[in-house]
Amino acid sequence: MSTTTFSYEFNYETFKGKVNFPTGVFIDGQFSAGSNNTTIDVVNPSTGKVVTSIAEGTAKDVDRAVATAKRAYETSWGLKVPGARRGELLNKLADLIELHSDELAALEALDNGKTFKSARGFDLGMSAGTIRYYGGWADKIHGQVIETNEGKLSYTRHEPIGVVGQIIPWNFPLLMMAWKIGPALATGNCIVLKPSEFTPLAALRVCSLINEAGFPHGVVNVVTGYGETAGRAVSEHMGIDKVAFTGSTLVGRKVMEAAARSNLKNVTLELGGKSPNIVFNDADLDLAIDWSTHGIYFNHGQCCCAGSRIFVQSGIYDEFLKRFTAKSQSIKLGDPFGRDSLQGPQVSQIQFDRIMGYINSGKEQGAKVHLGGERHGTEGYWIQPTIFTDTRPDMRIVQEEIFGPVCVIIKFEDEEDALRQANDTLYGLAAAVFTRDITRAIQFAHKLHAGTAWINCTNSLHANVPFGGYKQSGIGRELGEYALNNYTNVKAVQVNLGVRI
Amino acid sequence: MANVVELSVPKSNSKIRVQTGLFINNDFVPSVDNIEPIRVYNPSTEEELCTVTAASAKDVDIAVAAARKAFRETWGKNVSGFERSRLINKLADLMERDKQTLAELECLNNGKPVKIARDFDIGDSIGCLRYYAGWADKILGQSIEIDHKTKIAITHPEPVGVCGQIIPWNYPIQMWAWKVAPALAVGCTIVMKPSEITPLTALKLSELVKEAGFPPGVINTIPSLGSVGGLALAAHRGVDKVAFTGSTVTGRKVMEAAANSNLKKVSLELGGKSPQLVFASADIEQAANWAALGILYNTGQDCTAGSRLYVQDNIYDKFVATLAAKAKELVIGDGFDERSGGGPVVSKTQYDRVWSYIESGKKQGARVIVGGERRTTPGYWVDATIFTDIRPDMKIVEEEIFGPVLSVGKFHTEQEAIDLANDTTYGLAAGLHSTDQAQCHRVSSALEAGTIWINQYNVLYNNVPFGGKKQSGVGRELGSHALDEYISTKAVHWNYGENIEWPL
Repeated sequence: MSTTTFSYEFNYETFKGKVNFPTGVFIDGQFSAGSNNTTIDVVNPSTGKVVTSIAEGTAKDVDRAVATAKRAYETSWGLKVPGARRGELLNKLADLIELHSDELAALEALDNGKTFKSARGFDLGMSAGTIRYYGGWADKIHGQVIETNEGKLSYTRHEPIGVVGQIIPWNFPLLMMAWKIGPALATGNCIVLKPSEFTPLAALRVCSLINEAGFPHGVVNVVTGYGETAGRAVSEHMGIDKVAFTGSTLVGRKVMEAAARSNLKNVTLELGGKSPNIVFNDADLDLAIDWSTHGIYFNHGQCCCAGSRIFVQSGIYDEFLKRFTAKSQSIKLGDPFGRDSLQGPQVSQIQFDRIMGYINSGKEQGAKVHLGGERHGTEGYWIQPTIFTDTRPDMRIVQEEIFGPVCVIIKFEDEEDALRQANDTLYGLAAAVFTRDITRAIQFAHKLHAGTAWINCTNSLHANVPFGGYKQSGIGRELGEYALNNYTNVKAVQVNLGVRI
Repeated sequence: MANVVELSVPKSNSKIRVQTGLFINNDFVPSVDNIEPIRVYNPSTEEELCTVTAASAKDVDIAVAAARKAFRETWGKNVSGFERSRLINKLADLMERDKQTLAELECLNNGKPVKIARDFDIGDSIGCLRYYAGWADKILGQSIEIDHKTKIAITHPEPVGVCGQIIPWNYPIQMWAWKVAPALAVGCTIVMKPSEITPLTALKLSELVKEAGFPPGVINTIPSLGSVGGLALAAHRGVDKVAFTGSTVTGRKVMEAAANSNLKKVSLELGGKSPQLVFASADIEQAANWAALGILYNTGQDCTAGSRLYVQDNIYDKFVATLAAKAKELVIGDGFDERSGGGPVVSKTQYDRVWSYIESGKKQGARVIVGGERRTTPGYWVDATIFTDIRPDMKIVEEEIFGPVLSVGKFHTEQEAIDLANDTTYGLAAGLHSTDQAQCHRVSSALEAGTIWINQYNVLYNNVPFGGKKQSGVGRELGSHALDEYISTKAVHWNYGENIEWPL
């Protein structure tokens, strides 16, 4: 019985349509109010105004979700449901996401601020594709048969873990949900998912699609709520055997601590980055410019793997800077539903303040604002594409993750020095190198301390290629076959066929 | 010669349209040679259903050229795994949509009951397509560290190329699915020769291939006599791999032709004389059910048919009595009759073959305890037939009959059972029934067969490999293993940093 509905009419050139769907805490296939009967406001970052309120889930709601997930796991999911059937349901969900692509893209543009075109073209395609990809894995979770001796049959089972908690961020709300639920469901787990309180709309719409696809009730539960309450409840819950978190390194630490303090649950983390992008003299300059701008400005810089430190070799530095600046200036900022808009607002007031804070710190610490550095417009959270030059390594804008359309461009001469600077960070999520010299490219890529090394491209992801961080950028890998390891427990079964002792 | 026929569905007003030309480049076309067309029969009535175009060797050339062009231009490395996955899934969707029609057509031409065709053959076939659709974007190579500064090796699992696929008449739709799915998933193109006895559903499925959106030339369908089209494919220098399911006799010819032409890759799924062993600790009721299923399913027309049964002597009498009663319960009849659990054998040739084995059994002194008597009504009927008092040298014990004819023997010790079971040139499957778990594993380890069923029989899954040992075949179908049959691995040794000196 749903207690609230979200209705909204979109009337734009790029999208006209009405949405109308139930919202609430989604447990056991039903929507309800949170246990405290409190709500969270959802703000449209284009206007700064509240669009709707959704139920606030609390620790009590997490308790209820976990109990439900446990019951579902024991009765109607797990290995009781053959892999082919789990795959079939995931494929159906992917079909439904595709069918409702316009609506979901509009919801993303509404509460996240990304452009409708970008959501429709990138987020929706990869979301449906990722779920479909994992649907294909569901009946292919093989263990091994291992020869020991004639008196024994030894084999492994890759069993589902059981009830898993998943905490996802606001930068790619739908996509992050797909990355999480795909492998978890394919391997037979039940889920308690906490979307970001800033961007819950797409996740709530997907809850109805999960019902429609035919998943048994209780297999996927969604508790909308705040990190410090609902998120913490998931991390420290004694009934959750694994938590997967994507978000800041700061909060990732708390998740891991809570997991350790409670029941030593398995933890995978996908955290922040300060990814270097190294451009050598012999790079194809146009190629490097196109990809480098994509590397930092994609999703308004709100990308964990954003190439936010751009190292340019001295021979091409001036030309690179000139062309990169021109390209940055050509980015049209505008309403997410605008026909020509390439950059919408940042997701929230808090993020806006944070990013402006970093920009100010750059100015204060003596870096040069080569481009931008100011708010765009007077309403909503737009920030101009910003370039800092003449930086020092100890500056906050060089060390810390800004998570906005702000990059530092650093000149280098020596390859060894570039490598050293690139690796001189607590993070290790991604890195990119641009050069026509294939030997240098491969050798360099192999020496970068990063979970993804892009050669002559940036920010390029595929559902079947693993993604994750070195060092303080994370633990574990998402996407590809590798993600399955995050959601399975290996049991070795040793059958004695006649050995007596 | 008509290009489209309309077949009436018994007990209903509906008709099924079938295109009867050769399916090449997504079109149904006439033969360039106009040889004698293939006559297609309804085995329940012995009546001719229609004729279809027979492909000549020249037609095979055209089909192979179409498949090669598609492999070079629109398929193979030109299409991503995601796209292959999407198309195979779409084909599965269309089979699901049309499953009643396909089941009726399968029944008309093959004789198997409509409900079995629909819920088992086609249901499993759809599952097979979806299973391999799921693999299409997961064909992984390896990266192998050689030297961290200068070299790395990577392997590319490439599609082997143009594949000739020759399938039999016992499970026309399911054998079609087992073949096309892994080949397509990996990126190969196909020239498919369905059995000349049962070409109709392959032709109907070709319409769905086009509707799903596969580029022209990716799958081509050329009904033909085995000695014409089958041999042409096996010997064709433009075909990179041939996959054949059928008799061991013909499988040999396929392998010879492949060796004599271009040494194309060969996979074979051949005959069997699969044994079932019933040990004293077995659940007799259950074992009898599985034994009945093992020889009677699909009217015994199954490469894995459990056609030899050996029962431990201290339960022999009780077991055989139980089994005989169960065998008599099966209703073999017209496939459009809801009561039928099995249909006729597929053709006059098969009918004559099976009956000649039954006569030989009687002549060589085996005892008939069930069946063994011909019907008088039209149709290629063979009812459940059980022989006891067998000797190892009898034809009915040594040779594959491919009908609902079971030979039952006795054993005393476990080793004797194993020896009897393995005493055959075949090695496709075997079943054993026992509640002693250690015995189950000991015996399954000793049996020389590609599939061992413990306390069950004839149940297959799309994700478990299947194939023969010894003269029952080469290679494996189903599971991830089938992909290997269509992959040719290329190792790339990438030197990005080493200079060598010369002379060394």
